[in-house]
Amino acid sequence: MKISKMQELLEAKVLCGEEFLGRHVYSACGCDLMSDVLAFAKDQAVLLTGLVNPQVVRTALMMDMNCIVFTRSKQPGDDIINLAREHELVVLSTDKSLYTSCGLLYTNGLVGSKGVAK
Amino acid sequence: MSDNLVFRFDVLGGDFTSAGQASVQVKKNLRQLGFDTEIIRRVSIAMYEGEINMVIHAGGGTAEVIVSEEYIEIILQDSGPGIKDIEQAMQAGFSTASETIRSLGFGAGMGLPNMKKNTDSMEITSTLGVGTRIVMRVLL
Repeated sequence: MKISKMQELLEAKVLCGEEFLGRHVYSACGCDLMSDVLAFAKDQAVLLTGLVNPQVVRTALMMDMNCIVFTRSKQPGDDIINLAREHELVVLSTDKSLYTSCGLLYTNGLVGSKGVAK
Repeated sequence: MSDNLVFRFDVLGGDFTSAGQASVQVKKNLRQLGFDTEIIRRVSIAMYEGEINMVIHAGGGTAEVIVSEEYIEIILQDSGPGIKDIEQAMQAGFSTASETIRSLGFGAGMGLPNMKKNTDSMEITSTLGVGTRIVMRVLL
């Protein structure tokens, strides 16, 4: 799925990385607990979360993700956006809840982990 | 041995927002050196978890990454309170982190087990009231 398609499905605003909306992503994970993302995520390109702090960006970077979606209208500060922009991540913000956002993407073909989470 | 590359960082304590900066830099350096993506990811995750731990529990410390022909070694050293029971600390889910840290998305008791999972060897030496030293290696 193209990130632009995700943006359309989630009716999301693009906070940075507009030039990368044409990227294709093949799986996603929704989580507020960064410890879990670090321990269990595998090959997911998109992180959907309601948590807002710079560690969300750093966690995404560690996991080689290239898109973050902040759910339920959460507004990250400039420090977060600047960090994401520096590392060429796409950051989206949607009014929808984490549950609804994940459901919309999943039913439209963006699956979870390709591997089995250990 | 003289060919080894060494990166050194001071990890500031009490500043959660900047935690992880050293790991981001190491990831960038390893990418520039052309290492395999999976190797870079394992080193980055292990170091990031360790760095977060130093900020949360030990008031910061130092991180050193040594790149040799055979391995990448991460040495994390702090002068924090030390780990009372290393075996217990290694159990998934065991945590002494505060509610504040949990509300920031960490402190789930997954850090140390995840560091072990992502490295080929990990040694922890810790003395109460003195500090903790963790040496991890990822073989190339």
